[in-house]
Amino acid sequence: MSAGVATEGTDPPPLEVRGLIKRYGELTAVAGVDVTVNRGDVYGYLGPNGAGKTTSLRMMLGLIRPTAGSVRLFGRDPMATVQALRGVAGFVEAPTFYPYLSGRRNLELLAAFDGGEARERIAAALDTVELASRAQDRVGGYSHGMRQRLGIAAALLRDPRLLLLDEPATGLDPAGMRDMRRLIRRLADGGMTVLLSSHLLAEVEELCNRVAIVRTGRIVYEGEIAELKRGAGTVYRLQTTDDERGLAVARAQPGIRDVRGEREAILFTADPEAVAALSQALVEAGALIRAMAPQNVTLEDLFFSLTEDDPAAPRGVAPVPEPEPTA
Amino acid sequence: MPGVATVYRWELFKLRHQKRTYLGFGASIIVPILFVIAIHLRRHHERGGGFAFSDYLDRSGLAVPLVILLFGSIWLFPLITALVAGDIFASEDHNGTLKTILTRSLERWQLFAGKALAAASYAVAAILLCGTVGVLAGSLQSGFHPLQSLSGTVVSAPKATELVYVSLLIYLIPIATVVCIGLLLSAVTHNSAAAVVGTLMISLLFQLIGILPGLSGLQPYLLSTQFNAWQGLLRTPIDWTPIVRAAWVCAIYGGLAIGTSFLVFVRRDVAGG
Repeated sequence: MSAGVATEGTDPPPLEVRGLIKRYGELTAVAGVDVTVNRGDVYGYLGPNGAGKTTSLRMMLGLIRPTAGSVRLFGRDPMATVQALRGVAGFVEAPTFYPYLSGRRNLELLAAFDGGEARERIAAALDTVELASRAQDRVGGYSHGMRQRLGIAAALLRDPRLLLLDEPATGLDPAGMRDMRRLIRRLADGGMTVLLSSHLLAEVEELCNRVAIVRTGRIVYEGEIAELKRGAGTVYRLQTTDDERGLAVARAQPGIRDVRGEREAILFTADPEAVAALSQALVEAGALIRAMAPQNVTLEDLFFSLTEDDPAAPRGVAPVPEPEPTA
Repeated sequence: MPGVATVYRWELFKLRHQKRTYLGFGASIIVPILFVIAIHLRRHHERGGGFAFSDYLDRSGLAVPLVILLFGSIWLFPLITALVAGDIFASEDHNGTLKTILTRSLERWQLFAGKALAAASYAVAAILLCGTVGVLAGSLQSGFHPLQSLSGTVVSAPKATELVYVSLLIYLIPIATVVCIGLLLSAVTHNSAAAVVGTLMISLLFQLIGILPGLSGLQPYLLSTQFNAWQGLLRTPIDWTPIVRAAWVCAIYGGLAIGTSFLVFVRRDVAGG
């Protein structure tokens, strides 16, 4: 059996990452990532800037050699052979093309590099991303949104079963972002597995069924969004006659978690029993309750609770270094 | 299945759409023409010059491409060659397209080979173009006449034409080494301007070493010396010594350069472009 090829008879997931580490000298960009993307998933790969998302994606696509750990695409190792990318497409950071060639010529070049039936898919791919009318124009004259869509078209030429997209909506205007979401939704509905790296949380919440949340190179959560929300408990919004004292009481109260002040209110997470005890404690402390209501917890709330300062969160991982010097 | 030929074909297509290609070809055309104009305008007392074939510029146009080969080795041909060789990997970094092509269905070695062949093809085309324009422009100026070899024997015009083209082919040996140096700097620096200028600087450095006192022992093994190997053809009988030496000396320089650039390209982390 050749290196990087899965054993026959197994049905490996589209993407399986184990113990992925990337160090640049003293700096650790990715510090042990484990991710499994199953067939049919629309998988959100979330994290603040510098969390190591793009570096991880580059390793997933075989562009960067991991310091340790493994990546398997349908059971194949992308560092062993580029053939491991069969059935996989996508882009890292902004999709890039030859600016002096037209959109169509760029796709023809990439189709030639793919071989097979890729060339026959050019017209359909251009139609899918609604670029057919501008296909003869030089890419150098394209807007950012058009290049993003051309990036999707270039990915579609490979007839992928797994699509890896890095911040596909970044830099787009609201209409462009909406169109991009619709496009990804349509592709996912067509049976494509998608990994979507993003820090646009509303987009991820709308599109994805599962997420991994990365913080300073480590996964701090991996699983279904619904499970993440269930596990997080209910978030309450509290207003008292003395919010300063109320905040102190809430922080000291057993069973009350993720307490934070926000716009003349206190937000916290708790079970109903703990809320009853908190009500009593507030009254006893002289911080009378003006209003207290459960909130719809959003992915954004959970994201911030997982990625912002948290003593329990992993520490000591350096930020992602600057990429290699380019011209 | 796509392979090296696919990359090569598309690299040539890309070269046809880049200004630097035409800059190099333009220089290959204009320099011989300017040279012939200069011959035409020079005064009688300025004739001669003490270099190979300088006395024959007015007697046979076939001397023109040979004199251009002589002077072009200093910076013209290294520069024309470096314009593409120094850019061919670096431009992918500049455009950010390396990650785009590396995530298709071609192995890195195939991309490397296709690009290296395209850079070499451009250099061959530029040298042959310059030589051909030199023959045509020189013949218009001084006529298509027999040429006197460096040994003093007279060579008929058709035979001299043949020797000019074989000289051009021998000239391609050190040019291929310049291509390899350009590829190396392109792969290492990721910066087109640095690679082009660096290639030219290395070429000039060899010239400098060649004129430094005390280093004359190195002269036969310098890259700059190999640019004169073609002169062995213009002797009767043909002197193969400089030609054979050019082959192995350039193979060493070129092999080291292209081997290193291959390893750099195949193993590099594509964290930027």
